[in-house]
Amino acid sequence: MLIDRQDSYDEEGRDQRRFSVRVLVAMLILSLLLLALGVRLFTLQVGAHEHFTTLSENNRLRIEPMPPTRGLIFDRNGVLLAENRPAYQLEVTVEQAGDLDELLARLSGLVELSSLEIERFRASVRQRRPFQPVLLKANLDDETVARIAVARPELPGVEIEARPVRHYPLGEDFAHVVGYVGRINERDLLRLDARNYAGTSHTGKTGVERYYEDILHGTTGHRQVEVNAQGRVIRELSVNPPEPGQDLTLSIDVGLQRAARQALAPHDGAVVVIDPATGEVLALVSNPGFDPNPFVNGISHRAFAALQSNPHKPLFNRALSGQYPPGSTLKPVVALAGLEEGVTTAEHRMFATGYFQLPGHERRYRDWKRGGHGWVDLSRAIAVSADVYFYDLGHKLGIDRMAPMLGAFGIGSRVGIDATGERPGILPSREWKRSVQNLPWFPGETVITAIGQGYMLTTPLQLADVASTLANRGLRVQPRLLRALRDGSNGETVMQPVRHLAPVNAGDAHWDAIHEAMIESVHARHGTAWGSIGSNPPAGYRIAGKTGTAQVFSLAPDQEYDEAELDRLLWDHALFLAYAPAEDPEIAVAVLAEHGGSGGRVAAPIAREVIDFHLASRGRMAASGEAP
Amino acid sequence: MISVTGRELTTSQWLLRSLRLDGTLLVLIAVLLMLGLAVLFSASGESVEALQRQISRIALGVLALLVVARIPISTLRALSPWLFLAGLGLLFAVVLFGDVGKGARRWLDLGVIRFQPSEIMKLAMPLMVAWYLSLRNAPPRFLDLLVVSVLIVVPVLLIMRQPDLGTALLVGAAGLLVIFLAGLNWRWFLGLGLAIAAVIPLLWTQMHDYQRQRILTLLNPESDPLGAGYHIIQSKIAIGSGGLYGKGWLNGTQSQLQFLPERSTDFVFAVYAEEFGFLGVVLLMVLYFLIVGRGLWIAAMAQERFCRLIAGSISLTFAVYMVVNMGMVTGLLPVVGIPLPLISYGGTSLVTLMAGFGILMAVHSRQRLVNR
Repeated sequence: MLIDRQDSYDEEGRDQRRFSVRVLVAMLILSLLLLALGVRLFTLQVGAHEHFTTLSENNRLRIEPMPPTRGLIFDRNGVLLAENRPAYQLEVTVEQAGDLDELLARLSGLVELSSLEIERFRASVRQRRPFQPVLLKANLDDETVARIAVARPELPGVEIEARPVRHYPLGEDFAHVVGYVGRINERDLLRLDARNYAGTSHTGKTGVERYYEDILHGTTGHRQVEVNAQGRVIRELSVNPPEPGQDLTLSIDVGLQRAARQALAPHDGAVVVIDPATGEVLALVSNPGFDPNPFVNGISHRAFAALQSNPHKPLFNRALSGQYPPGSTLKPVVALAGLEEGVTTAEHRMFATGYFQLPGHERRYRDWKRGGHGWVDLSRAIAVSADVYFYDLGHKLGIDRMAPMLGAFGIGSRVGIDATGERPGILPSREWKRSVQNLPWFPGETVITAIGQGYMLTTPLQLADVASTLANRGLRVQPRLLRALRDGSNGETVMQPVRHLAPVNAGDAHWDAIHEAMIESVHARHGTAWGSIGSNPPAGYRIAGKTGTAQVFSLAPDQEYDEAELDRLLWDHALFLAYAPAEDPEIAVAVLAEHGGSGGRVAAPIAREVIDFHLASRGRMAASGEAP
Repeated sequence: MISVTGRELTTSQWLLRSLRLDGTLLVLIAVLLMLGLAVLFSASGESVEALQRQISRIALGVLALLVVARIPISTLRALSPWLFLAGLGLLFAVVLFGDVGKGARRWLDLGVIRFQPSEIMKLAMPLMVAWYLSLRNAPPRFLDLLVVSVLIVVPVLLIMRQPDLGTALLVGAAGLLVIFLAGLNWRWFLGLGLAIAAVIPLLWTQMHDYQRQRILTLLNPESDPLGAGYHIIQSKIAIGSGGLYGKGWLNGTQSQLQFLPERSTDFVFAVYAEEFGFLGVVLLMVLYFLIVGRGLWIAAMAQERFCRLIAGSISLTFAVYMVVNMGMVTGLLPVVGIPLPLISYGGTSLVTLMAGFGILMAVHSRQRLVNR
C-alpha cells in the first residue's frame, strides 16, 4: 500500500514533469505563432503603411462634380426664353436599393411609371458610376412627392431630388430659334469634354442651345467629400465651386417673332427678319413649331413618332434648313449682274412676249403671264416680274457671269448664323454640275436659273440676307442671333460686335436702279405686290420688295398652272423679300409660304404685317397707318 | 484585515479566496473586456445600445465564471461524461430539429432560449477527454488514442456539417490539446500530421462551396474584390492604414465609414489595429500571452492529472482562438468564423469562454486547498 502510494506519487511526479515539458513546448509554439503574427502585422502596418493609407483614402474620399447652372436665354427686351426651373425627380441609388424588380414593383404602386421610363432607367443603371443616383422619373407633381416621401422608409436607395430643369416658357414660337437641351447621349459624349460634363446631365441639342453650348454650360466645380461604404456623403472636405454659364441675350424680338408667326400662321413656311444695320435677326419663324419642353427629359416614342409623321413636319426648321428654289425673288440680283457686266442697261427696252426661245431651239420658255408683258425696261421687268426679260438677260449673261453675282450675295454658302442646322443651298454653275452630276452645263439651264428655277436652292435665311444686302447697297453684315452676353458671376454685359462679310461691289447708279425697281414692284400699279401692299400703302414709309412664286412641279410646255386642279403639295411656294422703309431701311424680311401659291398674293401681305408691326413698335408708323 | 490561518490577508485577497478566484487571471480578463468594450463602442458606430447589450452579456459571463469557479473539481470530473453525452445528444438533435439561421443549422430552440449545442462541446470535449485519459495510465497508449479519436471525431463532424467550421476547429483543437498535454508520444503527432495531409484532398471534396471559396479567396483575395475577397481586402486596408500608432480611438475611417464588414464580430481586430496601430496590437498580444501563460501556470501547478489536462487544454484553446482569429483577419489563414476572444461582440462564445475561465479558477483554488 505504501509502495503503491510511493509509486503513485512517483508516477504523478513523472506525469507532472512530462506535462511541464509539454506546456513549455506549447508556449514555445505559441510564441513562434505570435512572432509570425507580429511580423505579419509589422509588414502590414509599418512596411506597407503608405500603400494601405492610400487605399484607405481612396475608399473614403470621393471627388464629386458640381454641375454649373446653365445660362439663361432672353430676347432683346429681356423676355425669358429659356430658364431653369426646380423640379422634383425620383432617383434610385442602385447599390442601396437591393432587388430592383421588387423596388420598381413597389414604386409603381406610388407613382405612374411608363414602360419607357423603366426602359430608360434600366439602360442608365447599366451605364452608371458606382453609387451614382439614377433618374427614374422626372417632373414629379407635389402629390406624388408627398406619397413617396411618406413611403420612403420602406424604399431603400430611393431619393427625391430637386434639380433645375430647363424650361421654355414661350414654347412653340421659339423652338426653332432657341432649340432645346436633352439628356446627354453616347453621341454627345464624343464631342463633349468629359471632365467638364462630369456632373451634367443635359446638353444643347439644337438651335442656340446647341450653338452656344460652351458659353451656356459654364465650368463644372468639384467638391471633395468623405463617403461611407454605402456611398453616402458624410461630410464635405473641400469645395471648388462651379462657374455658372453666361446668360445670352438674343437679337430676337418676342413680339415681332409672334406677330410674324401669326401672320404666317395658316401656312407652313418661314419668316426671317434681319436688322440690316447690325445683322441682328429680329425674328426667325418656322411654322409649324413644336413644344420643346417634352424633349428636355426625353419625349415619349409615341409623341415623337407623331411629330415625325406629321405631314407639316413641325420638327423641320424651314428657316435654316429648308432649301427652296428662290423663284423671281432673285431677279434683282440677276439684273444687277446684267448691269455690272454691261449686258444690259437700265434704259434698255425689250418687247416681252409670252415665251422665250433659245436661238436654234424649239423649246419655248413660257412667261408666267400668258401673252407677255409687252414693252419693258429693266425696272418694269422687275416690277412685273417679266420672265421673258430675264430669260433673255440670263442667256446673254451666261451662267459664268450670273453665278458669281449670286454667290456674292451668299447663295450656295451658309451665312454662318449662330444656330445649328443651317444649310447652304445650291449655287448652280458649270463646276457644280460637273462635280455633282458629272454632266456639262446646258444653255437652257442658264435660262431657268435666271428666274430662280432649276438647280438653284436657297434657304429663307439666305433670302433675308439677300434682302439685307440689297437694303445696304452691297454692304454685307453677317446675320446673328446673339446680341449680348451677360456674365453670371459679375453681371457684366458684353454687346456682340457687328461682323461684316465681303461686300457686293456694284456701281451707285446700278444700286439705284435695282432699288427703284423694287419699290416699283410694291408701289406701282403694275407691280406684283401692288394688290396686297401698294394699293393700300402703309402710312409714312415705303417698302422695297420682290415677289417670287417658285415652281414645285414642272408643267409640260402646253400645260396651264391651275391651283384648283392641282394637289396642294404641288402648289407653288409663295415668296417675298423686302426691306423697309425703302429710303432708310430698318428691317429686311424674307417670307416663304410653302405651297402658298402666288408670292404677291400670299407672301407679300405676311411681310407687310411683319414690317408694320416692327415699325409701329418703333414708333415709325402713325396710328392711322392701317387706314384704307 | 481578516486573519485566516494565521496569515494577514487584505480584504481583496480574502474576497478572492472566498470566491475561489485567481486575482491575476481576473485582472487580465477584466482589462481585456474593458478594451473590448472600448473597441466595440467604436466599431458599432458609437452605439450605446450595443454597448449595453454587450455589458449584459459580460455580466452573464461573469456570473457563469463565478458559478463554475465554485463547482468542486471532483463534481466537475464526475459530471464530465454526462455533459459530453448531453452535448452529443443535443448535436444530434440539431441535425434533426435544429433551427436554420444565416443558412446554417446551428441553433436549438428550447422555447425560452435558442442556443448552440456546439458551444457546450467547447468545454464538454476537453472535460471528456481529460476525464478519460486521467483514468488511464500515462502516457496514452494506442487503444486510448483510438477511443479518444472517436470521442473527438464524432462531434467535430456533426459540427462541421451544420456547417460551422470555426467551432468544429475549436472543439477538435480542445480535444487534441488534451492528448498532447497528456504526453502522447511525439511520433503519433507526426503520424497525425501526415494523416491530415492525406485527408486534405478528401476534405476538399467534402467541403461546402462557401468554405472552398473562403480558402480560394484567401490565396488570392484580389480575384474577387467585391465578393468573397472584400472582407480580407478591406480588413488589410484597415490594419495597414493604422500604421505604428493607429488613427486613434473612434477615428478609424475603415470601420467608422463601414467599409469593414463584420467589424464588431469576427473582424473586430481590424478595427482595433486601425485605431490603435502596431503598438496597440503588440499590447493586445502581450495581454493574450499573459492570460495563456497564467492559465498554463495554473495547469502546471495542479497536482492532479485531470486538473492539469483540463486547465492546460482550456488555456491553449484560448490561444488557438486568438491566433486563428488574428491570422484570418490579417489574411494569413482562411476566414473560418472564429471571434476574437473576450473582444468580439456576441453572447454565446463569451459565456463559454468565461465558464472555461471558471474551470481554471476552480483548478487554481483547489490547488491552493491542496497546498495548504
